[in-house]
Amino acid sequence: MIEIKNITKQFGKLKALDTVSANFTEGQAISLIGPNGSGKTTLIKCLLGMVIPDAGTIHFKGSDVTTSCDYRRDMGYMPQIGRYPDNMRISQIFDMMIDLRKNYTTQLDEELINAFDLRKQFDKPMRTLSGGTIQKVSACLAFLFDPSVLILDEPTASLDPVASEVLKNKVLKEKNKGKLILMTSHILSDLEEMTTDIVYLQDGKLQFFKSVEALKAATNEQRLAKAIASVMSKGIQVQMNGMNGNGHTPPSPKEFSRTVNRREMTIKI
Amino acid sequence: MKIIRYVLYDILRSRMIIGYTAFLLLVSAALFATETNASKSILNLLNIVLIVVPLVSIVFTTIHYYNSYQFIELMLAQPIERMKLLLSEFLGVILSLSAAFLIGIGLPVLLFSADGSGISLLISGILLTFIFSSIAFWVAAITQDKAKGIGVTLLLWFYFSLIYDFIVLFLMFTFSDYPLEKAMLGFTALNPIDLGRVFVMLQMDVSALMGYTGAVYKQFFGSALGMFFALGVMIMWAVVPLFLAIRVFKKKDF
Repeated sequence: MIEIKNITKQFGKLKALDTVSANFTEGQAISLIGPNGSGKTTLIKCLLGMVIPDAGTIHFKGSDVTTSCDYRRDMGYMPQIGRYPDNMRISQIFDMMIDLRKNYTTQLDEELINAFDLRKQFDKPMRTLSGGTIQKVSACLAFLFDPSVLILDEPTASLDPVASEVLKNKVLKEKNKGKLILMTSHILSDLEEMTTDIVYLQDGKLQFFKSVEALKAATNEQRLAKAIASVMSKGIQVQMNGMNGNGHTPPSPKEFSRTVNRREMTIKI
Repeated sequence: MKIIRYVLYDILRSRMIIGYTAFLLLVSAALFATETNASKSILNLLNIVLIVVPLVSIVFTTIHYYNSYQFIELMLAQPIERMKLLLSEFLGVILSLSAAFLIGIGLPVLLFSADGSGISLLISGILLTFIFSSIAFWVAAITQDKAKGIGVTLLLWFYFSLIYDFIVLFLMFTFSDYPLEKAMLGFTALNPIDLGRVFVMLQMDVSALMGYTGAVYKQFFGSALGMFFALGVMIMWAVVPLFLAIRVFKKKDF
């Protein structure tokens, strides 16, 4: 459904993405993981056309995303930090988005709005909302137009446990409908229940892209968090080689130990 | 082009446009009320318009662009083309600024002095609004930082309204032994505010006060070709920065 070929993006001296290639298909729930600044959000923004890659191509359902913006009709995006016009109320934001996108969708998916009970707060201006409520708004907007691709950047980061559970259930439901879900998160236990595949990015390079089963099998671990930790910490060059489906060279031992130290901190939660 | 509606809605709520309209209305009412000679009022009005319109247009547009950054980010993830988005923002801004100008200056002028000079004042005011908005869009598209963007636009305004005149005066003074009339015509084209001034002045009798240069101006700009030239150059001043702004905006990362 989405074919990424050799995407490269440089911000000044920093290589945010370095010849990343991957194919994503329907029914997959892909987790992008990697340390801060490893290029996860940049990759997502490239898919949405918000960041223009220096080199490489992205095809959505066979057509190049740079030729037309129409492919975004099929996408729902929940940003890491949702930024909305300060003086608009929640209801106005929803009305505006529906007004702008209604030509492309027949059925609105308001399930999440109801589940979050967001209507109670519809009259509040965006600038008065807490980080969590803004995330709820972002989540509702992402699912509202029943898109076939959902892109969720740190979806559960500032949600309370109840809301987080609601969102996870919704993601699972949409995944089972055969949608493509692409998300980033640092909370590996959250990903456990939702993910089918893992993409690991480090310093802008795609280190591996494997299904959860393959990852668990390769590491002999039952839990995803442990499997990832195991891949990171044991420094298993052999396994890394085995896991490298996309022809990327595994990191050098020195690079790898750096990975391990950084990763362990996140994984121990 | 539904986006324009939301842009306009946003602008009208900030009340800055209403203040601008009220200010222009007050100025023109005061000038027409205190002066019995209508063409003298137009001349006074021209001097105010040439300072205020570029300043407000360039500053308001820049501030609006930076304040709409969140809106722009939100729209970019939607099935909306970048060019359409920027053009909607541009049209929203110039529609509201032009409406303010037409109510604040246009209404009194049409009531008290609806002759050639009055109409040319309105045309030149609207064109200046376009020009300085489009320059502001270009600057804002290039500059990421709000304070820097506003600084640059203020500097540009300062350059076009004051520094440029000093440079021209300096050149005239230094090369006063040479016939500069033709060169002055060229210099005028480099500054839209100057062009706007000449465009209106020539509709009045005051061009006689401008001496020999004035005569050359009158000969050139007074003709149909001259008018066409002045309008064409002003439209270029509006279109080129907008075109550059679109080009920058299309390649920008958010």
